[in-house]
Amino acid sequence: MSTSGERLLEIRNVGKTYGTGAKATHAIADVSFAVDDREFVCVVGPSGCGKTTLLKCVGGLLRPSQGEVLLRGRRVTSPPEEMALVFQEYGRSLMPWASVRNNVLLPLRHKRLGRHERKALVEEALDAVGLTRFIDHYPWQLSGGMQQRVAIARALAYQPSILLMDEPFASVDAQTRGDLEDLVLRVREEFAVTILFVTHDIDESVYLSDRVVVLTHAPTEVKEIIDVDLPFPRDQIATKELPDFTHLRGHVYRLIKRELVEPSEELATATTATKGERA
Amino acid sequence: MNRRLYHAAAIAAEIAVPLAILAAWQLWTVQAQDPKFPRLSTILVEFQELWLFSQFELHVVPSLTRIALGFGIAVVLGIALGIPLGLSRWGRILAMPHIEWWRAMPPPALLPISIVLLHSIGNRQKVAFIAFFCLFPILLNTIDGVRGIDPTMIDTARSYGVRSFERIRRIVLPAALPQIFAGMRTSLSLAVIMMVLTEYFSSTSGVGYVLLISKNTFQLAPMWAAIVLIGLLGYLLNLLLILVERRVLAWHRGWRAATAQ
Repeated sequence: MSTSGERLLEIRNVGKTYGTGAKATHAIADVSFAVDDREFVCVVGPSGCGKTTLLKCVGGLLRPSQGEVLLRGRRVTSPPEEMALVFQEYGRSLMPWASVRNNVLLPLRHKRLGRHERKALVEEALDAVGLTRFIDHYPWQLSGGMQQRVAIARALAYQPSILLMDEPFASVDAQTRGDLEDLVLRVREEFAVTILFVTHDIDESVYLSDRVVVLTHAPTEVKEIIDVDLPFPRDQIATKELPDFTHLRGHVYRLIKRELVEPSEELATATTATKGERA
Repeated sequence: MNRRLYHAAAIAAEIAVPLAILAAWQLWTVQAQDPKFPRLSTILVEFQELWLFSQFELHVVPSLTRIALGFGIAVVLGIALGIPLGLSRWGRILAMPHIEWWRAMPPPALLPISIVLLHSIGNRQKVAFIAFFCLFPILLNTIDGVRGIDPTMIDTARSYGVRSFERIRRIVLPAALPQIFAGMRTSLSLAVIMMVLTEYFSSTSGVGYVLLISKNTFQLAPMWAAIVLIGLLGYLLNLLLILVERRVLAWHRGWRAATAQ
């Protein structure tokens, strides 16, 4: 799968430093990797390793202090029309004053589309995430998982060629998370979209992706890039029972655990304990 | 059913308590025979003669018009200035000292100069005076509301290329609206105060004017009738605004209830 497309996105030596002089914080040291057209790439790393910062740089919301992000060979300086971003905090990214329909419509209003085209895009996207019945509800009338589906529908209706997702399922319960993972895999096929997915959940990163980019702790670099050759379609039970899955999961886990041991032994035990609960 | 009973009881209490106070007033004034405290029946007769029927147009309508115009101008200006100032740090740095300066000014201090500057003791001066002092609560609340918008919401708008006018209309204004309404409620009660103040100071019509005339002629019943009217106006105008707010901000009540869980 990873070899099927052309190069869509390239992250070249991106670094981000906040502040200057003695007070400077090096969030990202030097990160380079590429994403091919229609590929699903997960970025995983220890907590606080600047994953969100990296994604904001990719999405054109933050300017990297060094390096560049190229989309189809063109430098990203502001949010490109070909990208859509799904945030972790759906409750803060959906407008509480607007219905589900108007939330999904928001990014389409300024696109050059006919009224019927807009309407069709909104309905198609909500149908894809199974929320047609709730089109006239307010987001806060829905559960957390459903709200995140509204946010995904909004991103899909925008018709991006690449979807950036920032820990989108970190604040929903485990079962909903599984459903949402499968939903993302399905709409990826349906909408022929490339996905760059940031997560701290190791199982999730292996289950979803064609490749996993493992990051180090801050100042962040790429630790390793791992090909995931698990067969599609993936299944929450069958895929996770495959020896390859267990092997890959263990490999990524070890990489990240080593990352945690290096800075401080004490901190590492504390953090791995919480990681273990999630995994 | 229980809930409806509760609401009925609440409304009954809201009406019954003022009625009881009025009844007590009547009983006490009949017995006290003090000209400073006329009987309720006298005040009500005066109220009818002064404010209702033919008199309504003469004195109540001008006062209400001034409130409506002054308050309306303050709302439009407050939002129109507050949004850019809320969005621009430099705008705030430049404007805030001036806003704080004028906001701290006691309204009576500006009454004489307003008459001189506007060459008027008529509607123009009164509307401008009301609008000026109603502006500040709305302006400051708008600035605060705009500044308080969740950064994630702004990032969302940016990443989807929602810019300038669309961003203000679809995101900034609705997000700030609950706070704008809070400012409007403060301003509306200020509007009533400013109306009485300007009319009392210099006027040929209006509620404040009647108050001034009755003071000058030592007539106590019309004074009391004016107090009753002003209180009623303030109460009803606030009620009206609350009803509008409930409609416009229905989402806000639901959203707060949902996120409080």
